[in-house]
Amino acid sequence: MLKRLALVLFLMTGVAAPVLAQQTPTTSQEKFVPIDQLPPEEKLPAAPFLISAYAIVWLIAMFYIWTVWQRVNKLETEFRALERRGHKDAAR
Amino acid sequence: MFLRTALLVLKKDVSVEVKSLEIVFTTLFFAISCVLIFSFALVGPDGEAIDKAMVPSAILWIAVAFAGVLGLGRAFERERYGETLKALLLAPAPRPAIYVGKLLGILLLLFMTELVLVPTIAFVFDAPLFDRVLLLAGLLVAGNIGFAAVGTLFAAMLVRSGSREIMLPILLYPITIPVLIAGVRGTSALLSADPSVPAATMWLSVLLSFDVVFVTLALWTFEPLMTE
Amino acid sequence: MRKAFLPLLVLTGAMFAYAPVMIAGAPYESTMLLVQKIFYFHVPSWFAMFTGVFVAGLAGVWFLARTDERGDRVAVSASEIALMFGAMGLTSGPIWAKRAWGVAWQWDAKLTIALLLELIFVAYLLLRKYGGAGSEKLAAAVALFGMAVVPFVYYAVNIWRTIHPSNSVVPSLEPGMFGPFWFCVMTFMLFFLVLLALRVRVERLRTDLDELYRAEES
Repeated sequence: MLKRLALVLFLMTGVAAPVLAQQTPTTSQEKFVPIDQLPPEEKLPAAPFLISAYAIVWLIAMFYIWTVWQRVNKLETEFRALERRGHKDAAR
Repeated sequence: MFLRTALLVLKKDVSVEVKSLEIVFTTLFFAISCVLIFSFALVGPDGEAIDKAMVPSAILWIAVAFAGVLGLGRAFERERYGETLKALLLAPAPRPAIYVGKLLGILLLLFMTELVLVPTIAFVFDAPLFDRVLLLAGLLVAGNIGFAAVGTLFAAMLVRSGSREIMLPILLYPITIPVLIAGVRGTSALLSADPSVPAATMWLSVLLSFDVVFVTLALWTFEPLMTE
Repeated sequence: MRKAFLPLLVLTGAMFAYAPVMIAGAPYESTMLLVQKIFYFHVPSWFAMFTGVFVAGLAGVWFLARTDERGDRVAVSASEIALMFGAMGLTSGPIWAKRAWGVAWQWDAKLTIALLLELIFVAYLLLRKYGGAGSEKLAAAVALFGMAVVPFVYYAVNIWRTIHPSNSVVPSLEPGMFGPFWFCVMTFMLFFLVLLALRVRVERLRTDLDELYRAEES
């Protein structure tokens, strides 16, 4: 259940983010201007962006591995159930 | 009493849905596909909203896309109801022929729809859609073939599926985006302030190459797909 | 493959651990400075995503042509992993773009194709999950068609100019950047391989379990 909720959120951010983020730029940039030629007040600090980009990559990887792990858990419980049924049938 | 019953019905629906979240996910994704379609048709290359001249062409192709999906769904619903698809497959006929037959049927349906749709749009938007009728007809035919080629294949396969009505647009819209782009751009090249025949012809050739590739792919995959 | 898994996993982990060292040592790009270093993870994740799409499409073809179950297993695994890498690219890209060019998203050819492929493969997974019995074959066709649609979208959208760095940015990298870049590409490709092996194995267990259930019921 939690996994499904997380999956919905993940899908929404992963897919909707670029669609939603297609806003008109807050600065009135008409064409490509290299960052060091922009006036200082229009620059954003670089480090948070860099860190968040790398962090997101890691989080996505961890999330996926977690979903695989959940699936393995589910497989295991089903397997145990099957085993128990097999033992019961054999015992009869 | 009234409110209590309503809430109980709601509770029932929610508790059934929560188990698989099927409707939530598929509807959500369908909405996102629609956003995709609209943005491709209505947003210009640099991200700005399109100019007024492009609106009729965008509306035309979006209407064709929606009508096409509904028509495909209905055409194959009949097959499912009468179980005729199974009968067709049992018949000693080459499978690709069945595909081509269904494809031609859908194309006919789309063509008749457009016979009414194009004049309606020309009238409502005051758009000079009839200035270059042949080229417009060429664009529409080529676009319909591309759209229907993929759509017929998917719809045929979805006949046995439970969520077929929502799965068809979800699968079809992303893959037929090039048809939409080329169709809208080609039609608006004809409608813009200075109409450009070379541009429209270029988009027509894009559509035709799409048709060739995807009809071939569909013909090739129809047989392995339909066998159990 | 089983014997190779653990060494490959260790190697991938080590490479990921060493990657920041290499990235930090790489020269700054003249116009974008620090934020350009996102590129060392952003581009390799796209490489991995396209590899995944390609593998999924081909595996789908294999499944349809030879009715070989393994093709289906590889196809579904590769699709999921391609989605994961695609999500990485689609999130790191706008973050980078917002800082470097002020606009998070643009409808140019590469981003469009990236988003489109992501959507096609989400549809692929939705189909497999909710499509009912027998949807694996249709899903394989979807993967194949998704792969085939890429050149068309590329051509259709590419007619206009774009602010996305053009393809030729890779050969024109400064010499100091080659090392870290290709190192990260290798890291991501290894990661892809490791994940694929893992996921295919899980899929095989799942299908085997289904078979057991069916055998038990009969």
